[in-house]
Amino acid sequence: MSDKPKIVAGLTLFLALVAFPVWYTLGGESEVAAPELEYPSDADVCVEDTEYMTANHMDLLNQWRNAVVREGRREYVAASGERYVMSLTGTCLDCHTSRDEFCTRCHDYANVEPKCWDCHVDPGETE
Amino acid sequence: MMDESRRSFLKETGWAALGLGCGFPLLTTACGDSSAQEESVGQAGASRQWAMVVDIEKCMEEEIRDACITACHRAHNVPDISDPEDEVKWIWSEEYQNVFPDQVHTNTASKIRQAPVLILCNHCDSPPCVRVCPTQATWKRDEDGIVMMDMHRCIGCRYCIAACPYGSRSFNWRDPQDFIERDTNGEYYSDYPTRTKGVVEKCNFCAERLREGLQPACVEAVNQVDGGAGALVFGDLGEPDSEVNQILGERLTIARRVGLGTGPNVYYIV
Repeated sequence: MSDKPKIVAGLTLFLALVAFPVWYTLGGESEVAAPELEYPSDADVCVEDTEYMTANHMDLLNQWRNAVVREGRREYVAASGERYVMSLTGTCLDCHTSRDEFCTRCHDYANVEPKCWDCHVDPGETE
Repeated sequence: MMDESRRSFLKETGWAALGLGCGFPLLTTACGDSSAQEESVGQAGASRQWAMVVDIEKCMEEEIRDACITACHRAHNVPDISDPEDEVKWIWSEEYQNVFPDQVHTNTASKIRQAPVLILCNHCDSPPCVRVCPTQATWKRDEDGIVMMDMHRCIGCRYCIAACPYGSRSFNWRDPQDFIERDTNGEYYSDYPTRTKGVVEKCNFCAERLREGLQPACVEAVNQVDGGAGALVFGDLGEPDSEVNQILGERLTIARRVGLGTGPNVYYIV
């Protein structure tokens, strides 16, 4: 029984390592602050409700993309009855003037990398 | 009794099988034919087909050719890559002998052989690029006959490049944004979406301008150059009185490699 201390020490170390994800999150103040987004100052309403846009803007943009590119339709009628031109750079960025302080901040927080800006040109974009 | 009914049963079954075997194909072809006919009649009657007429003689002026190439490439943020292996082109010029290899004979003067001719996508009636595209990233629009590209869908397989007999398509071997001409403020000339590395691109007959009721950028540009009016004429083949139809009705025009049956819609006044 002379190996008892070694075994106990080994077991303790093993359990500590296995439980690492649990105690690491318990211990540290690891919560990431929600991103501070810059909302447009000169517009009150988005194309749809803010709640809907937050959750579903990617689906809406995909719908817009298909409508414009595949079907040649340009006009979007919102739930409110308001009509909009379906255009990422024309309509969205017209209000959300700063891509970096709106789109990118939240996408970084959510750890997603949409490919929109690989091609779509930000109107104010320079070299 | 038993034998006879069995015999008659077999005979009837045989006739029925024969009837089914012959009747079905006849029926289906008959039905298929009529629907195909309706479709082709509908296409000829209702829809439009954009087309362009290039006046080769007027386009001999370098100034005119440069004006339309610059206008097009600025309007669509086409990268300017000098390496011919990587270059991207929407409208450009090639020597007559290469544009119309079947029009050149042993005694064609070298002056004519080497004459520059503007070329672009022919927006064919039956585009081979569309047939080979595995993702339908390129398709022919029913409403106006433009062969469109959807860059979101292009996977860069380059089948379309292999299929196009006119070399109208370019592949983005490099990130095009590094090679796009900018104005003095460092901004793009146009807000037309650039492309990305790994997709194929080509002339779209300025679909985005046609939507606004404008003429294609190249046509507008040549009309602003002295002596350039009419060097490029754009219009609808479906409209009997359109300017392109008038020219095609009066002048001697040719198109590229018509023997292939692709039905090119860019015509040349020789």
